[in-house]
Amino acid sequence: MNGPIVDILREVKDPEIPMIDVVELGIVRDVSVDGDTVRVDITPTYSGCPAMQVIERDIVSVLRAKGYDNVQVNTIFSPAWTTDWLSEETRQKFRDYGIAPPTGASRAEGGIAELVSLRRARPTIECPFCRSANTVEKSEFGSTACKSIHFCNSCHQPFDHFKAF
Amino acid sequence: MTDNLFQYLLRLGDDRLVLGHRLSEWCGHGPILEEDIALANIALDLIGQATLYLKLAGEIEGKGRSEDALAYFRDAIDYRNVQLVELPHGDYAVTMVRQFFFDVFSYHVLEQLQSSTHSEIAGIAAKGFKEVRYHVRHSSEWVVRMGDGTEESHRRAQKAVNDLWRFTGEMFQADDVDRAMLSEGIGADLDAIKPKWNEIVSDVLNRATLVIPNDPPAMTGGRRGRHTEYLGHMLSEMQIVARSHPGAAW
Repeated sequence: MNGPIVDILREVKDPEIPMIDVVELGIVRDVSVDGDTVRVDITPTYSGCPAMQVIERDIVSVLRAKGYDNVQVNTIFSPAWTTDWLSEETRQKFRDYGIAPPTGASRAEGGIAELVSLRRARPTIECPFCRSANTVEKSEFGSTACKSIHFCNSCHQPFDHFKAF
Repeated sequence: MTDNLFQYLLRLGDDRLVLGHRLSEWCGHGPILEEDIALANIALDLIGQATLYLKLAGEIEGKGRSEDALAYFRDAIDYRNVQLVELPHGDYAVTMVRQFFFDVFSYHVLEQLQSSTHSEIAGIAAKGFKEVRYHVRHSSEWVVRMGDGTEESHRRAQKAVNDLWRFTGEMFQADDVDRAMLSEGIGADLDAIKPKWNEIVSDVLNRATLVIPNDPPAMTGGRRGRHTEYLGHMLSEMQIVARSHPGAAW
């Protein structure tokens, strides 16, 4: 990937988790320059993530601001985005922001018979505020597609978890 | 080939768009806050998947129709979804039983499409497959909870199964489009999916103490544009803003 352009793209944050930029989130998959055209390949997190359209617009506008007028943003689907790509440094940013970073298996494990068995493996999610493991899942679905809702029994704080996906 | 592929993509897109819209109708009306949020999230996934399939459909068709043009400016007769997904959302039992029937179907379709010879279909399916895994977990949990719950929840869940069962056969009715796509290595093998669907659905309904009715799963026609009266009403609401203000952006 083209280093100077990647550095510019680090200015683009995910609007729903504004402490994380789109490069460290793994949305930017490739950057190439051909003549005066900059091509940026991005991959969606979830199929219906409404942040993707904003991110696409922001990528074009930060590059324009630096003098790159011809920007082509392509959406690619393979390999499918996964939270496994997040570094430890990025995970710490989630905690600092009050969101538990992805915990547990992101990969498809087991077939459909296991999914419908009601025996769901629930990983222990550590509270981002007090680091207690004494937490409980309140809902697998949260304020955005990428988050679930939990409660810490130790410090009595509700918190979001960025789901392993 | 191009027309078959276009038709096939419309089916994948329309099933998810129509069901996603039905789920979105619960937004602000969910029985509890967590479920309100869950259905809005699942609706977003389904409409997101539909967007990707319809965008590709428009490109394959080559007449300059975008995903929005296909969603908002086609009438019911041009929609290619199965009738199951267009029925009104009913009570929570109807919503969850219908969702479960569709999720088990979609799980198997997307599982296969991940290895489609059409690389874009494979990529879109791989993303959707990760999503349908938590959709089916959610809907199956509710089917068991309601079926094996109180007398009232059991009664409603059984009624939902009875009312919806005759719409389930259409998902597996392979026609020329399906056969052409299967032989090209692009589409899913519906004949192979049917027994797997039956096995999972029977197992979950059994645990939910729900009984499969004897009626033959006879309702059909959605793939050819023959819909129940409900689709037109749904589309009139879904499409009114786009049709009243064509080209509007916000």
